[in-house]
Amino acid sequence: MSILLDRNSRIAIQGITGGEGSFHAREAVKFGSRVVAGVTPGKGGGDLDGILVYNRVIDAVKKEGANATGIYVPAAFAPDAILEAIEAGIKLIVCMTEGIPVLEMVKIKKLLKGSGAHLIGPNCPGITTPGVGKIGFMPNFIHKQGRVGVISRSGTLTYEVINQLTDLGIGQSTSIGIGGDPIAGSTFVDILELFEDDPETNLVVLIGEIGGTAEEEAAEFIKESMKKPVVAFIAGTSAPPGKRMGHAGAIITAGKGTADEKIGVLKKAGVLVESNPAYIGVAVKEVLEKMGLF
Amino acid sequence: MKIHEFQAKEIFREYGIPVPRGEVAKTPREAKRIASQIGGEKFVVKAQIHAGGRGKGGGVRLASSFQEVEDVAEEIIGMHLVTRQTGPEGKKVKQVLVEEARKIKKELYLGVAIDRSQNSEQIVIMASESGGMEIEEVAAKSPEMIIRLGANPVGSFSGFQGRKIAYGLGLTKPMISKASRIVENLYNFFIEKDASLIEVNPLAITEDNELLALDAKINFDDDALFRHPEIKELRDVDEEDPLEVEAKNTGVSYIRLDGSVGCMVNGAGLAMTTMDLIKLAGGEPANFLDVGGGASAEQIEKAFRILTSDTKVKAILVNIFGGILRCDRVANGIIEAASNMEMKLPMVVRLQGTNVTEGRRVLEESSVKFEVAEGLYEAAQKVVAMVKS
Repeated sequence: MSILLDRNSRIAIQGITGGEGSFHAREAVKFGSRVVAGVTPGKGGGDLDGILVYNRVIDAVKKEGANATGIYVPAAFAPDAILEAIEAGIKLIVCMTEGIPVLEMVKIKKLLKGSGAHLIGPNCPGITTPGVGKIGFMPNFIHKQGRVGVISRSGTLTYEVINQLTDLGIGQSTSIGIGGDPIAGSTFVDILELFEDDPETNLVVLIGEIGGTAEEEAAEFIKESMKKPVVAFIAGTSAPPGKRMGHAGAIITAGKGTADEKIGVLKKAGVLVESNPAYIGVAVKEVLEKMGLF
Repeated sequence: MKIHEFQAKEIFREYGIPVPRGEVAKTPREAKRIASQIGGEKFVVKAQIHAGGRGKGGGVRLASSFQEVEDVAEEIIGMHLVTRQTGPEGKKVKQVLVEEARKIKKELYLGVAIDRSQNSEQIVIMASESGGMEIEEVAAKSPEMIIRLGANPVGSFSGFQGRKIAYGLGLTKPMISKASRIVENLYNFFIEKDASLIEVNPLAITEDNELLALDAKINFDDDALFRHPEIKELRDVDEEDPLEVEAKNTGVSYIRLDGSVGCMVNGAGLAMTTMDLIKLAGGEPANFLDVGGGASAEQIEKAFRILTSDTKVKAILVNIFGGILRCDRVANGIIEAASNMEMKLPMVVRLQGTNVTEGRRVLEESSVKFEVAEGLYEAAQKVVAMVKS
């Protein structure tokens, strides 16, 4: 039916009393998400439209049974918020915050190992399972329930692609933006593995971009361990080396991490790489038709 | 954020990493004075710009007398130094680093960086006996010449890590502890100040068996500057593109390129994709520009001003995906901004998302001249056609 965010998810919002936190908590509720608690140190005892606010994540876990969290706190405090969620035993942590220092992420990744928690982000649009709920920024209207998984390193480009799918009548099982930072809580490989094991996902759309080696590692995984078809697009074919294209992670250094290189290895792994971003939805439709699923 | 070599060397001194004696000079006269203070007969005069490959471009010169230091500095200061990293227009040299030139036995490489690859995601210390060369070249030709050591800021640096590098470099007794200490100090600096890259290339072994950082390159994590005000002060805005600096100050992410189609997009991934589309349609993008997720009228106006101050821009493509923000609001913002600044360049606007029909209607009914496009590719084709006509 979906990955990570499902019918059993009980969501806490860290930073719920802030402007972004409260806005997106309400949007999530409108989408049908089960938001069970808010957390803001010092604001415990209050509420947002009846959602109780706690001082500590552990209180949201013990009193409301929270097992997922969305983090909307400023960069200086976000690493602490992530660590608090890990320590409280939350298994799905989604951090939207932009601008967390890389070294903080290096530490967090080390501490995540063995915790059993999944971290999505930071600097990401979040996760949406249509029909169940969402954590993050993705606009409510673009989604449609279905059987295509979407993973991406970007934000609005992801909405664009989901929108293309929905316009063509192709629904999504779960859509995840893993974020544009150099070190992400979850990598393409982590998420691909979950989609491969999800009985209700038929196909995966992967939206990559220049910089780093996440797409190369995804290609390796797809080649070795995936049976489900993958359709991909890589942003940044026209990007010059040495220039950071907005995302901290989107930079070609020393000739490594170019779009051409990524497209090449993905194709070798049997991935259908669409070169025109306007036709990603159409490419997915064609594959589904060939599979007799459309 | 990048800093100059002389700034990096000052930091090295502070952290107990030996560097040649020297100082930065803004005038040839000052260069001569510094040389006379250092004393001796051999000097090196190095152009200070934020780009590699300075030597090949004539920005690093040897001098054998105080007078020659002044003469060489005279030639370097004010020159437009062209290297493989500066682009054909080069960078104007404002200052030189004057240093003692030491006799060298061997050149090593030492670097600290972040390894982003899956299952690593930690700090990596790299060392090689093939110093002086580009490390990427060494990595490509003889990867066995590079020693790699992972380290994590959870937990402190341990002595064996320094020794692993020192012995790996084939060093012998008197230098083992010196090299270990240099590695440890570099690592500690990296952690304490949120560096994203440090390169000492070369780390020289002098004839009297001293280790000396002859060159120093440090980049810092922009996202961590908020907790290092003393590092932030080292920023030299003259080294950056003035339009990019202006954009940064207004919260817009902008990178200037060489083409003629200006683009304004919300979101970095979509902005990059829009550049790709322009290229697919046969045009050349003039820039990367992310107005941010909000794309308020104010941000849009600032973005237009930045776009239009690049004289190479012949037409503009606006591509906005309205999510939380409604397309009709974006449309009004675009109209307001365009009329405020009496925009003369032809423009294609493509909106998608919430209230898109209303947004397109607002645009079509406005007195400002836009071409409205529905499809993503159609938008790129239209704007490229404008440039070509």
